[in-house]
Amino acid sequence: MSEQLLIQNARIINPASNDDFMGSMLIENGIIVEIAQGEIAAPEGAKTHNAHGNVVAPGLVDLRVFTGEPGHDYRETLGSASRAAAAGGVTSALIMPDTNPVLDDGALIDFVARRARDKAEINFYPAAAISKGLDGDDISEFGLLKEAGAKAFTDGRKSIQNAALLKTAFTYAVNFDMPIIHHVSDDSLTGSGVMNAGLLATGLGLKGIPHIAETIPLDRDVQLAEATGVRYHAAQISCAKSAEIIARAKKNSDRISAGTSINNLCLNENDIGDYRTYFKLSPPLRSEDERMAMVAALADGTIDVIHSDHDPQDMEGKRRPFAEAVDGAIGLETMLSAALRLVHEGQVELITLLRAMTSNPADLLGINAGRLEKGAPADFIEIDLEYPWVVSEDDLRSRSRNTTFEGARFSGKVLATFVKGKQIYGLKD
Amino acid sequence: MNTSTPRHNAFSQKHLLGIANLNPVEITELIDRAEKMVEVSRQEKKAKHTLAGRTQINLFFENSTRTQSSFEIAGKRLGADVLNMAVSTSSVKKGETLIDTAATLNAMQPDVIVVRHSSSGAVKLLSQKVGCSVVNAGDGTHEHPTQALLDALTIRRHKGRLNGLTVAICGDIANSRVARSNLMLLNAMNVRTRVIAPKTMLPAGIEHISAEVFTDMEEGLKDADVVMMLRIQRERAAGQQIPSTREFYRFYGLDERKLAHAKSDAIVMHPGPMNRGVEIDPAIADCDRSVITEQVEMGVAVRMAVLEALLANEEVQS
Repeated sequence: MSEQLLIQNARIINPASNDDFMGSMLIENGIIVEIAQGEIAAPEGAKTHNAHGNVVAPGLVDLRVFTGEPGHDYRETLGSASRAAAAGGVTSALIMPDTNPVLDDGALIDFVARRARDKAEINFYPAAAISKGLDGDDISEFGLLKEAGAKAFTDGRKSIQNAALLKTAFTYAVNFDMPIIHHVSDDSLTGSGVMNAGLLATGLGLKGIPHIAETIPLDRDVQLAEATGVRYHAAQISCAKSAEIIARAKKNSDRISAGTSINNLCLNENDIGDYRTYFKLSPPLRSEDERMAMVAALADGTIDVIHSDHDPQDMEGKRRPFAEAVDGAIGLETMLSAALRLVHEGQVELITLLRAMTSNPADLLGINAGRLEKGAPADFIEIDLEYPWVVSEDDLRSRSRNTTFEGARFSGKVLATFVKGKQIYGLKD
Repeated sequence: MNTSTPRHNAFSQKHLLGIANLNPVEITELIDRAEKMVEVSRQEKKAKHTLAGRTQINLFFENSTRTQSSFEIAGKRLGADVLNMAVSTSSVKKGETLIDTAATLNAMQPDVIVVRHSSSGAVKLLSQKVGCSVVNAGDGTHEHPTQALLDALTIRRHKGRLNGLTVAICGDIANSRVARSNLMLLNAMNVRTRVIAPKTMLPAGIEHISAEVFTDMEEGLKDADVVMMLRIQRERAAGQQIPSTREFYRFYGLDERKLAHAKSDAIVMHPGPMNRGVEIDPAIADCDRSVITEQVEMGVAVRMAVLEALLANEEVQS
């Protein structure tokens, strides 16, 4: 007996087809079987869900999520990350390989994939390490890792410094048609830098990270990507010059893309204030001008992907002098609401914003997600664009508390999250 | 503010974390108070009892015999019980965090903790975790407020004022907490500030902090009333920021020829300890225009003033 669910009275937004209309959606056994403007007659025995005119969009796809499993379960498990993701409208997420042990072996990829199936309600896809042990010396077994279920290669928080190794990795990845996602940061130019270089860092007596620590390795990567033909994604860019490099590269190639963290779109270096370590991030929060440049690059399509850069860290790592504190902030649960600020301010179209969190990242990974169309899995969210709420770390579902949005007032929230037609989160539940 | 309560203390803060938190009135209050402490220290019987029964802990995560002794003498002259806690790096290696250390010390009920730490912002962080007053004795490359106060006191005693003077600070500005605190204090007191350094030793945005920025020392020293030299960290600087100490000395070391460009009555200062022959010609360091040893004396006076102001203030509040 098939299970049917009819979504009625919804503002359906499907960025992949550029559709935005009032309509209905019929789901059968977890698959979308019909989408139409206006009404669809309810089949006998079908359950119905009235969206009351709210937005129904594809579930979000997050390309950069760190969990603590295996190795640091006290920071985050796949289960707790799944609950946080569901509350934030994220239905698919790419797990970074920076675990203990590092995800550089087929058996570990298989372990994480199985563990996710058992413990998580959203879809977790493991990314495998580019270099064995993330040590930046030797490439890992791309073929075996792909067979085990890896969807992309990345060294996570780490940036490979050795151009020859990158050339090998890019070339070898082409064999298996696998994307490379690379965090660009030059270790020697970053030095002991801990925040954006500039007047603010000088005043705080903190070592600065200059833009060139990002743009020089990005330039190198783009040239290597052009030379090898790899599917290359700059994991997270943070300044205007980087956006220029990506825009230029895109004129010659459709296999180069870029992402940015929600933090670099919504916050700037002033948020650090008096050494607030929750705002110690990599890449660092930049100046307001650079933030605005990131927003513009998102609006014009130069930036393809917004991710949460969800990186749970315990108090022990954060309650330290700024330079000694660890990087990172959680973000799964706040990404969409924070991003909606850009829509409310009139800086980015809603459909563009959603595209950067749905079909674009899904296409990059080659996964069947991020779109509302006949035959696609029924992973979708209902969003009230105006719902007012205040972030309180006590309400967040992540095991860690290191949010950059504590006390933030947002308009807009996910009301319900569905994976394969099954509701896994409801605001009013 | 309750105006009916008589206030004898214009300095109403609980901590001294940096010059950035002080206004010109507070700076003047501290310098005036220090001026009186100079006289106390010059008496045969130096003891004052304003801090009798109070406990002062000197917590130095970075070694500094000079600054630590200066704070110790200052506390003792005011009658406080002074304890020097040598925090070896070993306890940090054992995993004890700054927060743990703060909690432990706080349980001992001190009245004031004097802290030096190698990380910018560490002293502020510690101040948030203890109940007593905290004095910043230097945090990373951020601030060293008592150094700036003692420098200001030294300058005022020689020049009779701060307002309108031209002060040139020369050396590794990028890595100097002394430079930052001094620039903030001097700017607040309407002094014309200059920095002189090779570009590799100038931090980003310095043009917004110092009124004038020079890479040529002779130009930078022209008509200066005060020449303030900074210590070069030999191990760190050579090969990284500058090719060698001898090249630095050639272009930025203070010698007679360069000093001739400053005003004829310009004074020469250095926070110590000096690298003779690296940032300063030994003959200049010892000449009669040098006020370097006087800075050490003023250091004790300023620290007495700060300790007394903070703790006396606590009494007014309670």
